[in-house]
Amino acid sequence: MEEPRPPQEPYLKEIEKVPFWLDPKKRAIFYQIAVFCMVGLLAYYLVSNTIINLKRQNIATGFGFLHKEASFEIGESLISYSAASTYGRALIVGALNTLKVSFIGIIFTLIIGTVIGIARLSSNWLVSKLAGWYIEVMQDIPVLLQLFFWYAIFYETLPSPRQALHPIRGIFLSNRGVALPVPASIPAYKYMLIAFLAGCVASYFLRKWARKRQEETGKIFPVFITSTAMILGFPLITWLLCGAPLKMNVPRLVGFNFKGGIMLSPEFIALLTGLVLYTSAFVAEVVRAGIQSVSKGQREAAMALGLKPPYVLNLVILPQAARVIIPPLTSQMLNLTKNSSLAVAIGFPDFVSVANTCINQTGQAVEGVALIMAVYLIFSLSTSAFMNWYNKKTALVER
Amino acid sequence: MNESDLLRENPAEVVKPPPTSVGVLGWVKSNLFNGYFNSFLTLITLFILYKTVPPFIRWAFIDSVWCPDCAEACKKAAGACWSVIISNIRFIIFGFYPYDEQWRPLIAMLLLFGLIYYSSKNKNWKKSLIYVWVVGLFVMGTLMKGGIFSLPSVESTKWGGLPLTLLLSVFGLTAAYPLGVILALGRRSKMPGIRWLSILYIELIRGVPLISLLFMASIIFPLFLPEGITINKILRAQVAIILFTAAYIAEVVRGGLQGIPKGQYEAAESLGLNYVLTMRLVILPQALKIVIPPTVSILISAFKDTSLVVIIALWDLMKTTQSVLSHPKWMGFSPEAYIFLAILYFLGCFSMSNYSRKLERELGQGELR
Repeated sequence: MEEPRPPQEPYLKEIEKVPFWLDPKKRAIFYQIAVFCMVGLLAYYLVSNTIINLKRQNIATGFGFLHKEASFEIGESLISYSAASTYGRALIVGALNTLKVSFIGIIFTLIIGTVIGIARLSSNWLVSKLAGWYIEVMQDIPVLLQLFFWYAIFYETLPSPRQALHPIRGIFLSNRGVALPVPASIPAYKYMLIAFLAGCVASYFLRKWARKRQEETGKIFPVFITSTAMILGFPLITWLLCGAPLKMNVPRLVGFNFKGGIMLSPEFIALLTGLVLYTSAFVAEVVRAGIQSVSKGQREAAMALGLKPPYVLNLVILPQAARVIIPPLTSQMLNLTKNSSLAVAIGFPDFVSVANTCINQTGQAVEGVALIMAVYLIFSLSTSAFMNWYNKKTALVER
Repeated sequence: MNESDLLRENPAEVVKPPPTSVGVLGWVKSNLFNGYFNSFLTLITLFILYKTVPPFIRWAFIDSVWCPDCAEACKKAAGACWSVIISNIRFIIFGFYPYDEQWRPLIAMLLLFGLIYYSSKNKNWKKSLIYVWVVGLFVMGTLMKGGIFSLPSVESTKWGGLPLTLLLSVFGLTAAYPLGVILALGRRSKMPGIRWLSILYIELIRGVPLISLLFMASIIFPLFLPEGITINKILRAQVAIILFTAAYIAEVVRGGLQGIPKGQYEAAESLGLNYVLTMRLVILPQALKIVIPPTVSILISAFKDTSLVVIIALWDLMKTTQSVLSHPKWMGFSPEAYIFLAILYFLGCFSMSNYSRKLERELGQGELR
């Protein structure tokens, strides 16, 4: 038997009678169109003004300048570059310099930040207080001021190369920069590098295999010790097999400057020191908060299950702390990369600095600033894409 | 003799704790020397402190030169040359502001500090506070600019030093706040068009360094305007700082909005409130209260970030200091000058972050009840 239909016709009619300006759906469409029109009009106004102004000032537009000769020198470069190279190549040099300082900076920041963060939680009163003061002081002084300070230290107060300080044999501190010894380029060291990489790859596969075996049979394989042994041991064995050579390329004073070794410019050292000290204070706070976020009960529960201390750390504490630590940690790493743009203030040729020179020479400000923004956006968007993927992978799966 | 006999013999003897676990000694033992590793750590730290602190104190206080205007004595002295600060303090703080009129920015700054102190008290958080700020900012602007009440007019191109730094950060935050709230609401909006526009803006700005926006402000903004209209440099930098800060405020406010339980929205809706009223009367008052501590940290970073305007050659605190240091007489005393600036910035940021922590505790207590 068919149920009688509820009498809904008149009710529906009443709804249809609502005038369109009171219908939330239509209103929403109207609002959005209005906002888009406003944004569009503003953009049109600005762009048309810009085009008129550029024409009036006789400034070329477009990215054609990238193929022209740059005719300025760049102090340090990872790829071959001379004043005869193009603007495009100059910008690549700048981008590589940004990546170089960010990469090295991130490694040092992670190490120092983690140490300070753990020190902040130490039961040793002196160490904990000192770490606390370090965090407070470094966070409260603008990074640009720190850069200027370190630049003044490395450039103004250090003596000339002839009177260079050398605290440890082979290291020279002077106002031309820091000269460090590097391993000489002999084949043995190249083999060691290959052995090191081989150790890393082997550890990766070992870890995969061990996890699979543990899931199937429950047997635990001491992955950490074996991996460490492989990563450190392979190069060591290679070194011994090659006859344990100890050949270093030590810098020495020739005339007014150093020859040999590696020379780090005062700009680079100042930038690195400033960025690392500043960012590591923030990283320390992140690490401290992450460790504190894992409740005491988790450790106690793990120990009650009979897990050994390393397993408590590895299986219970770290995975939970990592979930809290990693997102803010990534944003700190990004901050470091973005702050490396302050290199322009102390004359290190990073991307912003090179782009700024290009703008000054060609007058093509719009393209230059657009390039700066695009490069940093690529850095941060790719990082956040990676982070979203990682977050999804490690997110808490709630029942 | 068993245990009970022992107890019967000395019935009420109170055994004192060993001297190494109470008092100063006990504190030292339990906080500095509990275990081998900690003892080792303490000794190493003490050694490092012994190696660094006395020489620094010697450099900064004992061997230092304090007399005003004695660059010659500085060149000979082994210690710090604080003379560079003392001789140039008025230029560092006020920049090119006319010398005889410098009491005006001074009063404006004192007024600002007073206002900030007044606003930091919980009990003053009323609607009237907004009016107090509007009046205060107006008075400060008048004092700086002059032109009326028989105050000589001072062009904004001559503003510099600490007043400029404060102006950029305080105005930057006040103007960025409403924009940030609108962006946060936009990002949480149900309308996809508005949501995507907000996300685009926020992520775009947060993805680029402030310096690129400042470059844009100093070289591209003039191109945006029709011929004949110019905006002065300070205002352009201010706009860049506002646009930048707003994106960060939007993210903070979004966090607050997400912290409001759904029931609040539903309750407001069931009362028949429309979107604007819901937000104004129910959601925002609660959300903005939660985000006061993170907002203070944004104020701190805005205060620090204003130092970047030195790169586009505005005469803020950093630039005035550098111009003193570029004088041949004072060359080579950069560390002293930068340490002085660091202390100034540190005092500002430290008091703000302390305040933010205190606030967090107080507001947290309110939540617990």
